[in-house]
Amino acid sequence: MTSSEPGHDSAEHEDAPRAIVAGHGALPQGLVNAVDCISGCGSVFVALSNFGLAGSDIEGQLREKAAEFGIKVFFTDLPGGSATVAVRRMMRTDPSLVLITGANLSALLEFVFQPDATPADAARHAAEKGRATIVVAGNTAVPASVDAGSK
Amino acid sequence: MSVTLYRIDDRLIHGQVVVGWGQPLNIGFIVLVDDDIACCDWEQDLYRMGVPPEMEIVFTDVKGAISNHAGYVSDKRRGIVVTPDIATMHRLVDGVKTIGDVNVGGIHYKAGRTPRLRYAFLSPEEERELSVIAEHGVRVTAQDVPNARQVSIAELLLSKPVEEKSA
Repeated sequence: MTSSEPGHDSAEHEDAPRAIVAGHGALPQGLVNAVDCISGCGSVFVALSNFGLAGSDIEGQLREKAAEFGIKVFFTDLPGGSATVAVRRMMRTDPSLVLITGANLSALLEFVFQPDATPADAARHAAEKGRATIVVAGNTAVPASVDAGSK
Repeated sequence: MSVTLYRIDDRLIHGQVVVGWGQPLNIGFIVLVDDDIACCDWEQDLYRMGVPPEMEIVFTDVKGAISNHAGYVSDKRRGIVVTPDIATMHRLVDGVKTIGDVNVGGIHYKAGRTPRLRYAFLSPEEERELSVIAEHGVRVTAQDVPNARQVSIAELLLSKPVEEKSA
């Protein structure tokens, strides 16, 4: 697993880390970098990749970073991914932890701008925003013949 | 044969299995063979949460997998059988003589293991055990995802870390 310390490329001040973004390949670092580009608040997140690690090692690194920064909120990419499984294991012994799977950039940005919310509230708002911003554009109409057949 | 893949993967059910292999192969069921998880409801719930509703997951120990293997093979859906380590797959292969192929999909670093591929680290004992499986006539190859290059056991055991991507 590769990890990044709280990400900040352009911010003049550092926000204390409040969540971990974990998942496959370079996605966590990429998402945190994108948050930083847009908001300057990449340091709100610690990015952790599961690359090259067994499940137990993923969990170990997540526990280590969470303890280091007192983090209770975790964003992961896939509901069935190894990072998600690792966080769910942690939740077994610490019910105060909050997990958001299927995280995207909109969800993370929403989280950034709720510094005073409780972890649970911030996570819920982030998930709602993330879901709402997935939009399909273009001609997605059902072909007329199929549409007629269904009526 | 409806079991499409016999996979050794220490992460068991995760993105590569459910999505990477599961979607292109149109997998309908996964058999997770692990003696510890087979008797732990909480562990089973954990892995069940990661599998989409259209995909069935079966938890069993090695003994049960051997007993029920004919049922997996005759299932009309396509399936994956996954074990957490080489030793478990070896026991399964010993009990089911019809298994023809074994996939090394993910054995990650821990002390005593040597890197062979980015996703395959092997201890001397594990190398011997893989060789024994192959000597039984099973075709052992390494491949983390479907579009990756399939690496033969001969190449796997001789190789130094190669430039291949792994999740």
